[in-house]
Amino acid sequence: MDNKNKNNISRRDFVKTSATVAAVSAVPMFFTKGAYAKDFTNNPGRAGSVTLGFNVPQTGSYSDEGADELRAYKLAVKHLNGEGDGGLMNTMKPMNLKGNGILGKKVTYVTGDTQTKSDAARASAKRMIEKDGALMISGGSSSGVAIAVQGLAQEAGVIFMAGLTHSNDTTGKDKRRYGFRHFFNAKMSGSALGPVLKEEMGTDRNAYHLTADYTWGWTQEQSIKETTEALGWNTTATVKTPVGAGDFSQFITPILNSGADTLILNHYGKDMINSLTQAVQFGLRDKAVNGKQFEIIVPLYSRLMAQGAGENLKGILGTTNWDWQLQDEGSKAFVKSFGQEYGFPPSMAAHTCYVQTLLYANAVENAGTFYPPEVIRQLEGFKFDGMGNGATEYRAEDHQCFKDVLVVRGKQNPSSQFDLLDIVKEVPRSQVEYDASIFGGELGPYKA
Amino acid sequence: MLFEKKQNELTTMLIFSAIVLSMPIWLDPIGANYPDLLQKFAIFGIFAIGYNILFGLTGYLSFGHAIFIGVGSYTAVWSFKLLTMNVIPALALSVLLSGVVAVMVGYVSLRRSGIYFSILTLAFAQMFYNLAYSVLTPITNGETGLQLTTKDPRVIDRMFEAAGDGLPSTELFGISMSGYSGFYFCAVMLIVAFFLSLKVFNSPFGLKLKAIKSNQHRMKYTGYNTRPYLLSAFVISGMFAGLAGGLMAVTDPLAGAERMQWTASGEVVLMTILGGVGTLYGPLLGVAIIKYLENIFSSINEAVLYTLFDFLPVWLQDSMVVIVMPFVGEGWHLTLGLIFMTVVIFLPGGIIEGFQKMKDRFSKTNEQEKLKQGGE
Amino acid sequence: MDAVLIQLLNGLDKGAAYALIALGLTLVFGTLGVVNFAHGALFMLGAFCAVTFQKILTLSVKVVDPSITFFVAYKEQPYLEIWFGELGLSIIDYAVPLSIFMAIPVMLMIGLAMERGLIRHFYKRTHAEQILVTFGLAIVIQEIVRHFFGANPIPTPAPDIVSSSAQIGTWLGLSENLVYPWWRLIYLVFSGVVIASVFAFLQLTTFGMIVRAGMFDRQMVAFLGINVQRKFTIVFGIAAVVAGLAGVMYVPVLPPDYHMGMDFLVLSFVVVVVGGMGSLGGAVAAGFLLGILQSFASMTVISELFKGIDQIIIYLVAVIILLTRPRGLMGRKGVMED
Repeated sequence: MDNKNKNNISRRDFVKTSATVAAVSAVPMFFTKGAYAKDFTNNPGRAGSVTLGFNVPQTGSYSDEGADELRAYKLAVKHLNGEGDGGLMNTMKPMNLKGNGILGKKVTYVTGDTQTKSDAARASAKRMIEKDGALMISGGSSSGVAIAVQGLAQEAGVIFMAGLTHSNDTTGKDKRRYGFRHFFNAKMSGSALGPVLKEEMGTDRNAYHLTADYTWGWTQEQSIKETTEALGWNTTATVKTPVGAGDFSQFITPILNSGADTLILNHYGKDMINSLTQAVQFGLRDKAVNGKQFEIIVPLYSRLMAQGAGENLKGILGTTNWDWQLQDEGSKAFVKSFGQEYGFPPSMAAHTCYVQTLLYANAVENAGTFYPPEVIRQLEGFKFDGMGNGATEYRAEDHQCFKDVLVVRGKQNPSSQFDLLDIVKEVPRSQVEYDASIFGGELGPYKA
Repeated sequence: MLFEKKQNELTTMLIFSAIVLSMPIWLDPIGANYPDLLQKFAIFGIFAIGYNILFGLTGYLSFGHAIFIGVGSYTAVWSFKLLTMNVIPALALSVLLSGVVAVMVGYVSLRRSGIYFSILTLAFAQMFYNLAYSVLTPITNGETGLQLTTKDPRVIDRMFEAAGDGLPSTELFGISMSGYSGFYFCAVMLIVAFFLSLKVFNSPFGLKLKAIKSNQHRMKYTGYNTRPYLLSAFVISGMFAGLAGGLMAVTDPLAGAERMQWTASGEVVLMTILGGVGTLYGPLLGVAIIKYLENIFSSINEAVLYTLFDFLPVWLQDSMVVIVMPFVGEGWHLTLGLIFMTVVIFLPGGIIEGFQKMKDRFSKTNEQEKLKQGGE
Repeated sequence: MDAVLIQLLNGLDKGAAYALIALGLTLVFGTLGVVNFAHGALFMLGAFCAVTFQKILTLSVKVVDPSITFFVAYKEQPYLEIWFGELGLSIIDYAVPLSIFMAIPVMLMIGLAMERGLIRHFYKRTHAEQILVTFGLAIVIQEIVRHFFGANPIPTPAPDIVSSSAQIGTWLGLSENLVYPWWRLIYLVFSGVVIASVFAFLQLTTFGMIVRAGMFDRQMVAFLGINVQRKFTIVFGIAAVVAGLAGVMYVPVLPPDYHMGMDFLVLSFVVVVVGGMGSLGGAVAAGFLLGILQSFASMTVISELFKGIDQIIIYLVAVIILLTRPRGLMGRKGVMED
């Protein structure tokens, strides 16, 4: 009881101070962009703190990921300000962070709800930039949202460190000078998944795609289709489904009679949990077509989704950006730090968001200024290690990170409530690299 | 008499313009002075003014006006993509095209009245929304939303200058339409819209619309064919909504299908009713309240509440925060719903009616006192 | 052949939900003359009865999870499991069907309270005002639910035994491709039972006779010295129970969130007007009809032919019906034919 009371007071004190800090930092600063050489949007000047904007889905189909991303951001801010155990700041190299905020300024943050909708996400990001004076925006979980916010970031001259976004377009045809993505993409998923599919399912299959009807779904369908068709598979049909449909039965029933023996679910978050559960309820996994066992593939999934889908995901192949069971120093340090804070391991979304925040802070330290063009030059071509996934590079041509990709399978006999994925293969970075020019698009100018 | 009316209109317009243009000054103390919110006040103000011409004057309750917001937005973005970043052609096309769509939707929906009319507009809203998400993705870019790219042709702009490296921003002959200049542009549009609505209210046309509301049958018996009047009101309000949608794209050149969902139409209904349906200022008051709640109330969190109740003893502070918390932050919708229900139940004429009643009561007590004094 | 059959089945299943919601809606309109925009919220509340019941059953203690070595992790162990072991777990497994017993009295109380507290003050007001006040009520209800349950869908699975699908094709001697999930079949049968009992109640009991008479000519029944008002209050309660039951059983099909009522509201109004305002049979028939139409429209053959038809078919039908036959498929002549 005593203990509880104490906690209460300290918590209240904590929120109070953070409110004061936020109030101080929220002194309205509106700059017409590019007025002076080094005057830029939300220049902190001599203020003692800087504000970062964390724009994540707190409602909608991807809200589970959003909640975990927010936890990671809070942890990253803590570590940047020199609180807690420092997490990945102990393993990242090269690193210039000192644990005294960014360039000696205390880091504060504001949060927003993207509702998994482009419109709402942009309004929320706009508020962060105009009202709260955010210097950097981060967040994601939907590529549609990431692309929309990235466009705004470019216009406003504020750097956007994308969270979970897997569409090829984010660093492809819609790439922006002010947008950076640590997460991998559909093209890389395809390249990583290809050899494993060939090994396990052969070269003679008929694939049926159910695809979330927006940029991510479209590019993933395309990338996976290219991969499987290169293996010799036939594509029976590709069907687009609305995001957040809930009941997918009317899309699943036609599969039963289509002659397809493989279902590829280009769905994510709760949509994937729903569609997979319903596909299993309709007996797809017990079916045999043309003498072959019917298989379901989910090209992108995470432990969080595995938790939601439960039994149904066991044995299903897919790819993931990062998993908490990786044994390198960086991953271990992050899992420990996150686990101690929240009592469960981080998801891949949390990992990518945490890393992005540190990468931004580090780039500012390297540049010695918050002036975005300088920070961008620091991030472009930046090579680092010790953040999980091995040696990683931010490719300068398209702001896409290149690192190892994990092919995973839903675990048959989990040893704990979080042990849900088997890592089938750690596909080395060299196998998933591609030419930056294949998707087109232009980064745009340094000065917004 | 006529001259007097003209002069009245002039003073109204002058006062109204002064209030709107000085918003950045008087909204500053309540934390609402930042461009995005100011722009929203103006844009939704136009939307609500237009909606009021239909619902307020004729009593036809439409749940489909978000369609025109969407049409306006998509048109404007396409104009930015294909023609020019100048906002004038974009807005002209937005208003025109949403007018055309309004003619089609209105012609069909107005064949029925009452609840059937509402359901028809609902059905249209859902159809447009679903289509924007699925079949029309080449035009709307679906869930991702329609955006500008550097590759866009922008034919008219290209005639005068070569493309820059970056994304161009929307402009009015060189003045950028983001930030405060964007707000002032929207504010001027709002003033124009208000003037038009004032004209409609005071015109014989407006009078006929009111007559339809009070008794359509009687109107018909006197030999009027009511449908052309209704359709005009519908199209006018649709064009106002198209203008608002176009302005949304002007201040932020992205169009998403969410703004066409029927609940978005529901929002303008809430605004109009809350302020006072059928009155000139009511809808604007409603807009101000709802947008303020949405942007400021929703960002109040625990920390802010603790500072707010700082003067109380600790235990009281804690319980106050627990009591108030459900109504602010994410719970602002709950506050909105409760206010709305209260208004519908007790003040069908909206908050404006509330003011009126208070004024009446006040003046009545004054009169009674005068009478009393006279008696003594 | 079996492609058509399975689509038909799926249509019936969708239709079952539409029909149940529309039935209550039209019952209220037919008797009380009230257009209730909060009816979707009642459906949602029903679904959350099941969620609440499941939450109560799974009240848990936190125990340290020994399998995690990195940090201290907790897992939850339900009290029922601690007290009754395996039996406790199987009770939890049957949470959804068991919650029906909680939902019926709860929804009845909510319905009665709603009618007494709010709706009856709006009998004399215009339809527009009824729509507005119930729309406001719907917002308030859904925000309260959001406050307690959060904004995210809450997975509430059906009992394990019915989580797979029924081999209908094999039973009927048709193709083995004809399979259908057990729970959806149960939903279909369940809705049939509920609809039949509502009709039986109205057709076979004295109470039902009075209600039907009241629907036909309220004034006349009142002249006969019957307290129609009291009866109609109960009718509102019944409508709430029907909507609630539709919600309870729908939970395993679609994890419920606070917003699901609004999503179904528009659909159910469309169903009601297609069937004919105030016509009970019409609502049921239109519900199944629209469900089947929607299901067939999403067949690949058809959606290839008319792009996007699966997205708008229901609304398109509604518009056509309203323009050509405003009293709906089975509406009485002269009722709401304006």
